Amino acid sequence: MIKKLTCIAALFTGLACFNVAQADDYYQELGGKEGVEKIVDNFINEISFDQNIVKFFEGTDITRLREKLIEQFCHESGGPCEYTGDSMKDVHAGMKITKAEFNRVVELLQAAMDDAGTPQTAQNRLIRSLAPMRPDIIHQ
Amino acid sequence: MKTKLITLTAVAISTLAVADVNAGSRLIATSGVTQLEGGAGGGLTPWAVISGYADEGEYSIGAFHTSTDVQDFRLKVNGVSASYDNRFEISAALQSFEIKGVAGDLRQEIYGAKYRIYGDAIYSALPQVAAGIQYKRLLDGDIADAVGAEDSDSGIDYYVSATKVHLAAVAGYHFLWNATLRATQANQMGLLGYGGDDESGYTLQPEVSALVLLTDDLALGAEYRKKPDNLSAFDEDSFSDLFVAWFPNKNVNLTLAYADLGSIAGSEDQDGFYFSISSWFK
Ligand code: HEM
Repeated sequence: MIKKLTCIAALFTGLACFNVAQADDYYQELGGKEGVEKIVDNFINEISFDQNIVKFFEGTDITRLREKLIEQFCHESGGPCEYTGDSMKDVHAGMKITKAEFNRVVELLQAAMDDAGTPQTAQNRLIRSLAPMRPDIIHQ
Repeated sequence: MKTKLITLTAVAISTLAVADVNAGSRLIATSGVTQLEGGAGGGLTPWAVISGYADEGEYSIGAFHTSTDVQDFRLKVNGVSASYDNRFEISAALQSFEIKGVAGDLRQEIYGAKYRIYGDAIYSALPQVAAGIQYKRLLDGDIADAVGAEDSDSGIDYYVSATKVHLAAVAGYHFLWNATLRATQANQMGLLGYGGDDESGYTLQPEVSALVLLTDDLALGAEYRKKPDNLSAFDEDSFSDLFVAWFPNKNVNLTLAYADLGSIAGSEDQDGFYFSISSWFK
C-alpha cells in the first residue's frame, strides 16, 4: 500500500516538470514538407466529406487555403516557413463557428493525420499548437 | 460471474454495433467515465467534466454499470446520467453491496448534481472547475446502526473539482489531472451510514486522479481517494486504483482497474478488479 501511494505521489509531483520546456520543433516528426502537405491534402479531403463543415467553405479558394494551411502547420511545428495568411480572427470573422463545429474540425484534422501515418505524439503536438487559436475562431 | 460477463459483453457488443449513432459535439474521452457514486469522472472520484458529449445548448443521456469484486465484498452500481449544455449534470445510482456470508444486499441510492463553474479542461489555460452534491440514502440501514453510525438514513456530500488536460505534455502524450475536495460524513461512501462515534461531523477529504492518453481513445491512469474514519469499531482506509479506460466511440466506454480498497468493516487489505461500462444514447 505504502509503495503504491509513493508511486501515485511521484506521479503528481512529476506534474510540475511535465509542462516545462517542450521543444516546439516537431516538423520532422510530422514528416517534413512532404508530411505536412499530405496532412493538409487529407484534411481538405476530410472537410469535403463532412456535410456540416463543408458548407462553410462554399466560396473558398481551395488552392489558397491549402497553401496557407501548409505554411501554418509548417511554421507552428518549427519548420522553415512563414505564415503569410490572414489572422485567425479576420479569417473566421462572421462565420459564427460553434464549439461543436470547432471540435469537429479538430477530429477531421486527427483523421487526416491518422491517414497520413503521423505519429501520435506529433499529432498531439500539432493539436497543442493550434488549440490556443480557438478563442479567435469560435463565436466570431 | 460467468453470466454476468456474458451479459456485459452483450451490452458492449450491442453498443458497438450501433456505433456512431452519437455524433457527440465534444472530443472523444472528454465524457470521462463514471465513478462509484454515478458522477462523471474517474472510477473513484468525480471530476469537473460533465457527463456525455453534449456541448452548448445540447443534452446527453446515458447509463452505466460498475462492479468491483474484492475478497469479502462485492459492489455493483447501476444508474443513469443526463447532462445539458456541458454545464449541468444529474445522475441517479443504486449501489448494491454484498457481504460474504451475509444474506441480502446492502443498498444505497445516490442522487447527484454537478455544475460547471468555469473553464474547459482542454482549451482554457486554467483548469475546468465544477461543484457538485451527492445525496445518499441507505435503503438498508440496519448494518449502519449496528456498527455505530450516527445516522443510518441519509447524508449529503459536497465537492469541488478541478480538471485540466495538458496537451502533448508527457513526451508528446496528453496528460490529465483532477483534484477534488469533498466534504462528507459518509462511512465507506455511506454504505455504513453517515458520521460515527469517533467523528460525527463533516470532514474534508482530498481525491486525486492522473492519466496519460496513449491514443485519443485509450487512457492509462491512477487514482487516490482519501476517506473519513468516523467509526471506532473499524478503521477506514483510502481507496486507490490503477486503470485503463477505452473509448471505442462516443457511445460507450469501458474501464478496467485494479482497486485497493483497504480495510472495510474489519476485513483488512481488500483489493481486486474493477470493471465499468458507460454508454451514451444521445
Ligand atoms: C484550429 C482550428 C483552425 C485553424 C488552425 C484554421 C486555420 C485556417 C487557415 C490558416 C485558413 C486560411 C487563412 C487565409 O486564407 O489567409 C483558414 C480558412 C478558413 N477556415 Fe479555418 N481554421 C480552423 C478552424 C476552422 C473551423 C472550425 C472552421 C469552420 C467550421 C473554419 C473555417 C474556415 C473557412 C471557411 C476558411 C476559408 C475562408 C475564406 O474562404 O477566405 N476554420 N482557416
